[in-house]
Amino acid sequence: MNRATFPHRLLPWLLVAPQLAISFVFFYWPAVQALRQSTLREDAFGLKTQFVGLANFRRVLSDPAYVNSIQVTAVFSVLTAFFSMAIALLLAVQAEKVVRGKGFYRTLMIWPYAVAPAIAGMLWLFMFNPSFGTLAWPLRQLGITWDPLLNGSQAMTLVVAAASWKQISYNFLFFVAGLQAIPRSLLEAAAIDGAGSARRFWTIVFPLLAPTTFFLLVVNTVYALFDTFGIIHAVTGGGPGKSTETLVYKVYNDGFVNLILGESAAQSVILMVIVISLTAFQFKYVERRVHYG
Amino acid sequence: MAEGEMIGVKTRSRVIAHFLLVIGVIVVAFPIYYVFIASTHSIQTILRPPLPLLPGPELVENYGDAMTGGVGRIGGVGVGRLLWNTTVVALGIAFGKIVISMASAYAIVFFRFPLRMVCFWLIFITLMLPVEVRILPTYKVMVDLKLIDTYAGLILPLVASATGTLLFRQFFMTIPNELLEAARVDGAGPWRFFKDILLPLSLTNIAALFVILFIYGWTQYLWPLLVTNSNSMNTIVIALKKMISFADADTPWNLVMVTSMLAILPPILVVVLMQRWFVKGLVETEK
Repeated sequence: MNRATFPHRLLPWLLVAPQLAISFVFFYWPAVQALRQSTLREDAFGLKTQFVGLANFRRVLSDPAYVNSIQVTAVFSVLTAFFSMAIALLLAVQAEKVVRGKGFYRTLMIWPYAVAPAIAGMLWLFMFNPSFGTLAWPLRQLGITWDPLLNGSQAMTLVVAAASWKQISYNFLFFVAGLQAIPRSLLEAAAIDGAGSARRFWTIVFPLLAPTTFFLLVVNTVYALFDTFGIIHAVTGGGPGKSTETLVYKVYNDGFVNLILGESAAQSVILMVIVISLTAFQFKYVERRVHYG
Repeated sequence: MAEGEMIGVKTRSRVIAHFLLVIGVIVVAFPIYYVFIASTHSIQTILRPPLPLLPGPELVENYGDAMTGGVGRIGGVGVGRLLWNTTVVALGIAFGKIVISMASAYAIVFFRFPLRMVCFWLIFITLMLPVEVRILPTYKVMVDLKLIDTYAGLILPLVASATGTLLFRQFFMTIPNELLEAARVDGAGPWRFFKDILLPLSLTNIAALFVILFIYGWTQYLWPLLVTNSNSMNTIVIALKKMISFADADTPWNLVMVTSMLAILPPILVVVLMQRWFVKGLVETEK
């Protein structure tokens, strides 16, 4: 379609100028600086910098702490995406079945969306605090030695719980929308053919939800990779040991706390590559799959 | 046979559905209820678990203390000041982003100019550069521009991003050509067309985007953590983090819970009260 337009020449430039200006100052310039910094190394006193090519990357990738942080991030992301999506799907399917109270359930279900990830983390640690957390108390009565501040896998459990809890609202809304788009006639036909409700779910509903599920998978991965920095920073600080040190937390920690600029920049660049591939993946495959069938 | 039973939703399965939903709602909403309960008890009650399930008698005293700066770790800054900072940041980001992205989308859709598509791509690519991947250099830019501890520093870097522009571009492209042609025949310029036709048509989209961006601004963490040093410029989320020490016994938990409550309540109200636009906007824009 040929779009009707205004003939002005200068005006459109004035209109895009603010966004372009901010993009250059706060996005492109820093991104280029991160690329440049990733090929430099400073001496111990910060007096001299020297071009080292890809040495920072080699160093980062062969550093056991970095490899550990890749593993931590993978475990954290997979668990968070799985639990938040599975619970949301289960609840969305139930919400489709009920006649009364749909609006009521939805209203209560969307609360956590409005809670900052860092606060979500603090709430969960407050509830499960080893010394006075109300929900830690029954764990202790059951004879479980519960201390997420000292035990690495318990710390991971806690941050995964907080991160998944916060994301349930978002996934719930998308699954409800996805379920509503499934033609009732298909389900009725299957019911007449004698398919029970579990069978209808796995053979009709779940496959037809695939576009929504794929979309949410990408969104939840991005969420777990980047937006959960607040949870880690506020709750565990990457610890105990390095058991919850995710990639983003490590970039921050190496750059701002340990001041290893070159290696922090190299980590930034690696993260940039991850984001670019995820975004490209989303647009290439997920977008296409949305127009399923 | 009733229609409900035809597709197999029998009374029994509906009861199970309600049961599961109630459990779901308890899991989802309980932590927030629990914060409220904790914010109405004294520190002694909080430190002696389990906490009662009903509000305690200290509501007025706790909220009063927190509002007037009873928390020593953040230098006696009152919660009122923190709420004000956070509101300024959230509204600044929401309005700034809507204005900037509408302007650029308007230019890209309704004008033809050299490098139009280059501009579009330059905006689009910023999607792939979240603040987390450019932490240090962006921080350096802020220092050079003297934006540390300023509202501009908290807001500006977050107002430009591609999502708003993409949304408005997509919506503007559905506006029929005839509308613009008719407006031009009637002698309307770009401003008149925008103000009288496009803006009224965009209101639903703007409302939806407003909710999403307000929440986005309110819940920011990494950025405010970097660009604020002084306690009086903190957002409420960062101040909360500073108040808490899990290792240390002298955290004033009752006041921390008041602050958490006040940090959670405004965005929850926005989401719940604007639910209709928010749900529509979220599901439609992000796809």
